Parts: sequence; structure tokens; C-alpha cells
Amino acid sequence: MLLEVKNLTKSYAGPDGDTPVLRGIDLSLDAGETLALTGESGSGKSTLLHLIGGLDMPGGGKIILAGQDVAQMDDTARAALRRDTVGVIFQQFNLIPSMSVAANISFHARLAGRQDAAYEASLRDALGLKDQMHKFPEQLSGGQQQRVAIARTLAARPKLVLADEPTGNLDEGTAAEVIDQMQALVAEAGSALMMVTHSIALAARMGRQLHLSKGRLV
Amino acid sequence: MIAAGLSALWSHWRRNTLQLVTLLSGLALATALWSGVQAINSEARASYDAAAAVLGEGRYDQLVPASGDSIALETYIQLRRAGWQVSPVLEGEIGIGGTRARIVGVDPLTAPGGSGTSVLAAPPEPQEFLGDGVIFAHPGVADGLEARVSARVIPDPGVAPDTALMDVGVAAKLLERSDLSRLIIVPEQPMGLPSMSNLAPDLIRQGAQKGAEVGRLTDSFHLNLTAFGLLAFVVGLFIVHGTIGLAFEQRRGMVRTLRALGMPLKTLVFLLALEMAAFALIAGGVGVMLGYLIAGALLPDVAATLEGLYGAQISGALQLRPDWWLTGMGIAFAGTLIAASGALWRIARMPLLASPGGRAWAVASGQTRKWLGLASSVLGLIAAMALGFGQGLVLAFAGLGALLMGAAFALPALLDRVLAIAEARAKQVRAQWFWADTRQQVPGLSLALMALLLAAAANVGVSTMVSSFRITFVEFLDQRLASDLYVQAEDERQAAEVETFLKPLTQEIMPLLYVDTRLAEGSAELYGVRVGATYRDNWGFLAGTDSAWQDVAQGKAVVINEQMARRAGLWVGDDLTVATGLTMPIAGVFGDYGNPIGQAVLSEDVFLGLHPDIRPTRFGIRVADKEAARAALQEFGLKDPQIIDQQVIKEFSLGVFERTFTVTAALNVLTLSVAGFAILTSLLTLAAIRVPQLAPAWSMGFTRAALGRLELLRAVVLALLTMVFAVPLGLMLAWVLLAVVNVEAFGWRLPMFTFPLDYAKLAVFGVLAAALAALWPARRLARTPPADLLKVFSNER
Repeated sequence: MLLEVKNLTKSYAGPDGDTPVLRGIDLSLDAGETLALTGESGSGKSTLLHLIGGLDMPGGGKIILAGQDVAQMDDTARAALRRDTVGVIFQQFNLIPSMSVAANISFHARLAGRQDAAYEASLRDALGLKDQMHKFPEQLSGGQQQRVAIARTLAARPKLVLADEPTGNLDEGTAAEVIDQMQALVAEAGSALMMVTHSIALAARMGRQLHLSKGRLV
Repeated sequence: MIAAGLSALWSHWRRNTLQLVTLLSGLALATALWSGVQAINSEARASYDAAAAVLGEGRYDQLVPASGDSIALETYIQLRRAGWQVSPVLEGEIGIGGTRARIVGVDPLTAPGGSGTSVLAAPPEPQEFLGDGVIFAHPGVADGLEARVSARVIPDPGVAPDTALMDVGVAAKLLERSDLSRLIIVPEQPMGLPSMSNLAPDLIRQGAQKGAEVGRLTDSFHLNLTAFGLLAFVVGLFIVHGTIGLAFEQRRGMVRTLRALGMPLKTLVFLLALEMAAFALIAGGVGVMLGYLIAGALLPDVAATLEGLYGAQISGALQLRPDWWLTGMGIAFAGTLIAASGALWRIARMPLLASPGGRAWAVASGQTRKWLGLASSVLGLIAAMALGFGQGLVLAFAGLGALLMGAAFALPALLDRVLAIAEARAKQVRAQWFWADTRQQVPGLSLALMALLLAAAANVGVSTMVSSFRITFVEFLDQRLASDLYVQAEDERQAAEVETFLKPLTQEIMPLLYVDTRLAEGSAELYGVRVGATYRDNWGFLAGTDSAWQDVAQGKAVVINEQMARRAGLWVGDDLTVATGLTMPIAGVFGDYGNPIGQAVLSEDVFLGLHPDIRPTRFGIRVADKEAARAALQEFGLKDPQIIDQQVIKEFSLGVFERTFTVTAALNVLTLSVAGFAILTSLLTLAAIRVPQLAPAWSMGFTRAALGRLELLRAVVLALLTMVFAVPLGLMLAWVLLAVVNVEAFGWRLPMFTFPLDYAKLAVFGVLAAALAALWPARRLARTPPADLLKVFSNER
């Protein structure tokens, strides 16, 4: 088992006291598996993704990822987890604006210490970025930027790819195309994929679907 | 990971080269102005130290002639035979080529350690130094001297400028003299020596502390230069702070991404600090080099100023001294640390999931403006307390710093209020939009405008101080050099003959009687003067009774200088004991600029009653025809150097002031340029933000050219308002320098004069600098392609 989440809770402090966002989540994911997480706005999808990715700290429960409890990790260990084990594809791409497309794609892999130029070239070709490598993010369209973000994550060969509405800025046709490419590449790398989406159609393309409502899986 | 992190951070600067240039230039300019001023100070101080060490001054008591400048060789021999451990010094000047060289002869066998040869790079053995052995000379005069003497001349930078050090016998031959100039008293003396005043009644003992006069006098000049350098550095620091702040804000997204991709926060903060340290090293190095060039260009003027004002000899050439370049590098690092610490702290505290857009760059928006307002009020209060009630130089400078920083912090709020009033009063829609948009620009430009405020205030302050000093000093010269000619007799016998000879030729003769003494528990100079029309008409008082000179003439009162008045807590109406059993009321206090010693002036009769043995050898005379009087005196037998034309001294002194103005004007231009540079870089970095702000106006009918013109006008308006605030701030700065810092440091207060026309000119220069700085960004804006403006309305941006 690659990922096991047990009784995970999370609250945010507000002016009227703590507001619970996740109220006891249990889920698991095996290597090579793909999972879609759907739910209405504010249901806690992104929060769950951030907790699994070591970007935030849970209020309670356990997140066992590749045999390690993320909830027990300190800041340095969680940074290492993000560097070596997990890859997050953000809705807003989070590319480094001052670096070229080529530099952005290889960046995570360099941080993780496993850069593979040949693999990056194959990703570049697969995602149709061959002619964009010397450009900067601001010179690309939204869809192209999303492809760069996907390529950056996959180039680092993480065991778990977490994608937070990766096609939120794309039209339906482009979104489907990008998701297909991503799935194929994840399968080729032997990684697991957990994707947050609002789209029922895109969710249906994943191996498994879970729906989150008011902080609970239903 | 380190390499990947560094490459990501560096990529920002590669893509934003203008920002990098701004940061490095700001820091380099700030360091250059600071280290340039410090280089001048360091060079000057080293010159004084060399001079003081060579001449044995400042460390030991000395015997000097009560009048004239000559001690008979017999007097020296008599003192030695009586057991007094004194060492002879012979000083004089000779012409070498077109310059004058100061010849100092010492006796290494009797000189106490620490005088004479102690400053030399390679102290010679006494036997080598004796006779015609060696002469140690400053490199500037070594070559010229070599041609004149048979002795070996060794150039040594440790010797004071234009000075040559040699055995007293060699000096006597070179100067063609058989007397001595002064005698250094060795600290350890045998017991039971006979009274020195009996052995050498014509000599007076001068305390060791008096030797440091040159340093103390010139400290005023250096203190003001240092204050200017510090202000220039602060102006530069505002640029650096703004640029670093902008760079860090722009990289918030990158920081978030780097952390999301697994870079530990500590590593990231370390890399950012490393990046800043590298910039400090580069910009500091460039700044120190630039400072060296600035100092090299200004030093000849400073040297001439100090020599003219105080007689301090400064080398006109600059040496690369480790103390100032290390200080320059230190200040570059400290400046970077100050400018970057806030930004680094925010990065270190930023939650991983914080919005990358985050806070807008720059200060003075919303909450920040409130904090700045609060800080400004606190600093204002500190300034008022320190300057109003504090005592001591440190508190005076603390008050000065608090005043300037408080005023700078208050600027955004002040500008916002003024612009809000203008907006409320505007009738036309275009004008309303212009004022509202200008108000919106204040946060982004506030750091640059603060830099302009400080630069302009420094200019107003320093110009006011220097001009006030000039007016006061000219008045002082008029007062002190009121006589037409100054005549110096060789001895008392010749003086008596000269006085008799002069009586039918002159309108007024003013003999000058003088003795070193102690008054009001301090070292003082007591003068006896013949009060006449010259004193009554020319010599004014800072405070005095209406009949002050009349009372002095009648032997009923004394007048004293400001230094004595402030040091002893005396003022007009108080009594001063001028001699045992003789106490007189103080009728006036006169300004005596640049003199650290207390002075009291009595009538000639009272003085002669107290010191019947002293006869005048110097006279000021008023004549109808100066040239005729000079010719008559020469015919009488006086040599040319014994007759001094006071007008020539006045002209020389005014020439010195012109040099001072050259230095301050150069520093003024440099500081204003730095502020103009700050405005340029701020406008350029804001240009990207401006497009979305101006696109709606463009879409509603403003042409791009009109937007460009308004952008220029906006910079001019903001600069003009800033200059309006800078003038009163500069006047406050001048007041603090003249009335607080100077009094705390030197015991005398300079009267303050204002120069409205100069301030108006400065305002025009400031606005011109801002307009020039805004020209390029405005032109770029006017040429923004419509496609870029259209992007604002799409999701493509």
C-alpha cells in the first residue's frame, strides 16, 4: 500500500472559533492506481490533497505514505517528502516565472537529485512542448503552462502524483487530452495519481472515484 | 539541491536585470558616498597624526617664546646645564621649486620617545641620523630637497605632508639660523631642579593638551562631512530597501513553489541571505572604488579648505587606507542586512500555502501607513526630547537621526492627505482621476520620495550651514582684520621705534598685547587692546552692553569669547577674575570661530598694569594710503614679511570658502543624483503594474500620449510636494547642526541665516531630477502597444 489515510481531521481557526474542514477521512491508494476526488466547493478536497502532500499539518489522524507517517514529520522531513516522494500539480501551475520552460521542467527532478534528460525529452514530446522549451511561462497559453506543470511533476518521478484541479483553466476538449496524457505517463512511470476535480466526466476517466461532502467521504 | 535553488533565485535577476542593476547601483552609490567622505576624513586625520607626531605636539609639554618665534641657543644650554631634560626643535620653511617645504630639526639623542622619528617607516639609528646622515622627507618634497642638500634624503609617507625631518644641526644650516623654535620637555625630570621661570623668563610652558588643536579645530569640518556622508548613505539605503522589498515580493510565488517542491525553509532563507551577501560584496567593492574616485577628486579642495581655515596640512593625494575600505565594505554589508532583514523575516514567517500575490510591494498602504505614522510620531517625540532636553554629542546625533527618519516616515501620510484634498477640490473628471491616480501611486513611489526628501533636506541643511558659516566667518574676518595693515616688529626695541615712527603716518595704531594664562579655571589667552574707533565700529558681540567697548576702554570691564563664556557658564553681567585681586564685570561676549581656547580682552592700560614687563611687538594700523604706508615702513627698515596686508588675508580666506563650496556642491549634486536615480528605478519597476491601472482610462478615451504626459506630470507634482516638505526639514537639520551639534562638540554656536533663493533653486533642481527620471518610463508608457493594454481585459495576463 502506497498511501493509507486514517481518521484524518483538520480545522481552521476563525473569528467564531474552529471550523472543521475534514471530519475523519479514511482512504487508501496502491501504486499504479488512479483516484478522482470530487465534491462541492469548500468540501475539503484541496485541504485533503495538501495534507497528503505534506504542505499542511493535520489536526488529527494518520497519513501513512510510503511507510512513513506524514503527520509525525517535522518541517525538514516534510520538505524531503515533497522533494522525493510526492509531486503536486497546482491549479494555478506555480511555475517559476523567471525560468525557461526547459528549466522549469527539470527543476523538481534536479531538487530530488534524479534528473534524466532523456526522460524529460520524452515528456516534452509527449506533451507537445518541443517548440516551447526556450520560452518563459508568461509567453505560454494557460493550457501550455498546465502541460509544463505536469511535465515538471512527472520528470521528478514521484511515487504519488497529487493534482489539484489540473484542468480547471482549460476547455473541455483540451482538458480531456491533457488528462489522457497524464494518465498514460503516470502509468508508464508506475506512480499513483490522486486528482481533485469538479468535472464528473474527467472523474470518470480515473480508476476510482471518491466524493467528499462537508468534510466526509460519502 | 543548493545548486538548483541558487539557479532558481538567480533566474529572477537574469530576467529582471534592471532590478539587479538598481539594487547593485543603489548599494554601490550609497557605499561610495559614505566611503568617499570617510576616505577624506581618514586621510586628513592621518595627516594630522603624522604632523603631530613629527612635531612632538600633543604629547609633551613644551617651552615656547612668550613673544616672537625664536629661542636663543644659550637659553637651551642654560636649561640643560641646570639639569632640565629638554630637547631642541628648530622649524622653518624653505622654497623648493614652486612649493614651500617645512623643515623640522630635532635632536634624536635628547628627544623623548614618541616624538620625531617615531612615525617613520624605518626609524634610523641616532648616529645615522646625526650630522649630515639622513633626512626623512614626505614624498612630495623629497626630490626637491635632494637637489638642495648633500645628505641622503629618504622619502617617507609617515612624515607630515610637505615636511622634512632631520637633525637640528642640518636644519640650522639649511635654514641659515642659529636659534631654536621650541623646546620639548621630557616627562621624567630629575628632582630639585631650579625654577624654570627664573632660568628662562622669556619662555612660557605650553601644556600637552594644546598640541591637539589642529585635530580639534578640524573636527567640526569632519563631523559635518560625516553627517553628510551618513545622510547620503541613508538615501542610498532607501533605494536598496525598495529594490530588495520589490524583488522579494515578486518572488513570493517562487518561494512558495520552491517550498512546495521540497526545499526546506532554512535552506531557502540561507540561500537568500547568501545571495544578499554576494550582492553586498560586489556592490560594496564597486562602491569603495567609486568612493576612492570621489575622494580623490574632492581631496585637493578639502585639503586647501582645511589648510586655509585651520592651517592643517593635508596631503592632496589619497592613500588606500585599510581602515576606510574595510569600513566601506562593512557599511555595505550592514546596509544590505538592514534593507533585507525585513524581507527575509517575512519570507521566513510566510506560511507555505500563503497567496503568492500577497501584499502589494512598497510601504504606506493601509495598515503599513498607519504603522509608519505611529513610528513617525514616536521618532518625532524622541527627536524633541533628545534635542530639547538631552546633553552630549551622542544624544544630539540620535535626535538628528530620529528627526530625519521620523520626517521620512511621515511623508507618505502627508502626501496622501494633500492629494486627497486636491482630489476633493477638483471639479473636472480628468483632474479628479489624475489626483486619485496620483494618490494611488504614492505607496509605490514612497521609498524613492523618502530618499528625495532626505537628499533635498540634506542639501538645504548643509548649504544653510556652510553659507551661515561663510557669512559669520566673513563678518568675523571683517571684525578681526579691520585694520589695514598688520606690522610685526623683530623685538621690543624695534617695536617701540616702529610705534613712534607710525604715529604721524596713521589714523589709528592698535598694539596687540598678549599673554597665556588661566582664567575661570581653564587655559586662556589674555589680550590687552587700545580701544578706538576700529574696535567700536567693527568688533560686534553675540551679547553685550551698549557701552561695552567704552567700559573696556575705561578699564571698568572685560569682554570674553564665546568659548570661555559657554565653558565657564559666564555671560554678560557676570564677574570674571582676570588676575589675583582684580575682578571685572563682563561687558560683552564675542564670537571666536574655530578657536578652542578661552579669550578675555582688557584695555591696554589694565593689561600693562598686570603685566608691566610685556611690551607689544605686533600692531594693527589704520591708514589713508596703504601703499604709501608700506613704502614708508620698508624705508624705515622693516622687511616685506613683517608688513601684512589684511585685505590679502581676507581674499585668501574667501577663496578657501569657495573651495568649501566646491566640496559641498559636489556632494549635493551626488546626493540629489542618487535620489533622482531612486525615482527612475521606482518608476521603471512600477511600469508593469501601471499598465493594468491605466488600461481602463485608455479604454475610456485617454490617448496613450496623454497618459504618458500625465505620468510625467504626476512625477513632477509628487517631487514638488516632496521638495516643499524638504525645505523646513532641511532648516531643522541646519538648526540642529549649528545650534546643538556644534555647541555640544566645540562649545560655540553658529548664527543661522536662511537663503530662500537657494532653496527655490534647489526645488527646481529636485523637480528637474524627478522629471528627467520620469521621462523614460513615461515615454515607454506612451508607446505601450494597444495589444498589451487589451490583455488587461482578457484572462491572458
